[in-house]
Amino acid sequence: MSELTLPTARQRPLDPPDEVTRLRQQAAIHRMTYADGHQGWLVTGYAAARAILAHPHFSNLAENMHPPIAARMELRKEPEFRSPPGFFLRMDAPEHTRFRKLLTGQFTVRRMKMLEPRIEEITNACLDAMAAEGGPVDLVEAFALPIPSLVICELLGVPYEEREQFQKDSKILVNLETKSADAVAAMRRIWAYLHGLIERKRKDPADDLLSGLIEGGELTDEELTGVGVLLLIAGHETTANMLGLGTYALLTNPAQLAALREDPSLIDNAVEELLRYLTIIHLGPIRTALEDVEIEGTTIKAGESVTIHLPVANRDPARFADGEDLDVTRPAGGHLTFGHGIHQCLGQQLARAEMRIAYPALLRRLPGLRLAVTPEEVPMRSEMSIYGVHRLPVTW
Amino acid sequence: MKIKADESVCIGAGMCALTVPQVFDQSEDEGTVVLLQDVPAQELEDAVRRAVTLCPSGAISVE
Repeated sequence: MSELTLPTARQRPLDPPDEVTRLRQQAAIHRMTYADGHQGWLVTGYAAARAILAHPHFSNLAENMHPPIAARMELRKEPEFRSPPGFFLRMDAPEHTRFRKLLTGQFTVRRMKMLEPRIEEITNACLDAMAAEGGPVDLVEAFALPIPSLVICELLGVPYEEREQFQKDSKILVNLETKSADAVAAMRRIWAYLHGLIERKRKDPADDLLSGLIEGGELTDEELTGVGVLLLIAGHETTANMLGLGTYALLTNPAQLAALREDPSLIDNAVEELLRYLTIIHLGPIRTALEDVEIEGTTIKAGESVTIHLPVANRDPARFADGEDLDVTRPAGGHLTFGHGIHQCLGQQLARAEMRIAYPALLRRLPGLRLAVTPEEVPMRSEMSIYGVHRLPVTW
Repeated sequence: MKIKADESVCIGAGMCALTVPQVFDQSEDEGTVVLLQDVPAQELEDAVRRAVTLCPSGAISVE
């Protein structure tokens, strides 16, 4: 039995656990004992991670998967969590393909370009409110969360004024320390909310994504609800954390902040570099082999689970020279933060559009932006499945 | 250089359209790859190769 279990404690807030980095220096793939005793694997190398994520013999079905850490083990027994209808993130082809094809047309580069003026408007409104209030403010509450929240709500057709409960439930669901009963209750609440919204939209359709899916007639109400829950949670927990943690990273790396201020045309690249360097997906993805597969000379047997350590793979020196450093001038494309293969993030072009607008607007509008506390006092989201800052007190 | 695109494996991630919008677009309904030209101008060849590497589903290739 392997002595290795998944290290999760970080020594420094912006770097993945040192033990995992050391493992990558030794090999790309490692035997690891999972929380249920399963003998699976941990992947730390970039090329191996990419190969597995794109490989058709690796399944994403929850029922095939072993848990790398003890959190949520009980939750896996709850039917609501195993494979809710419409949760295409947890499906394999061809079932996954059916959902993905219905949705990709809504998230194309061109569609996201059309959203840009509205994203700018929302960003400016947040900045106006911050400027009027004066510092210090919590940047998460005033800026990082409301921008992606409002955008995904408008895109899906979820009334923003009804956000209080589903924002709370979303947070409960991505918290790895949430007790099973609380997670089940949160899932039931957010499910019931979206189910009710689908019924309302069926009677009273509008020009939004959920109404469009209803009109398309290809999905049942349960499937529509699952798609809605998945996209709503994904839209809330990802870009919001990139904006919060990315700002923290820039404010604590003054040379990088200065480089970006000096040359705003670096922004597209800086966004990719922040995505790579911060890799807020800090647990998983997890895949399970359906057949024996050889990856870089290691045979992963059918039934064995693989945990891919994206933050460490994204710093592999074989792919990114000096990968441990934040460098907004490096060509950072090709990182695995949005995943790779058929499950690569559906909303990635939306996330890019939001970040490419929000970071520069923030730096332009508040040139004196700085932390209102010491960096050590900023509470990090160590216990959440998506990393970030809980709060970011700033002033200017 | 000649580009080939396989819509049947495309997942509509949009990396090609983001990287070389002169050459790649996405269909309105399914978001899958649309080739605007299959023989790109020479100065775009490097960018097209980059798009091939970035494509998550292996839907585009060059020969």
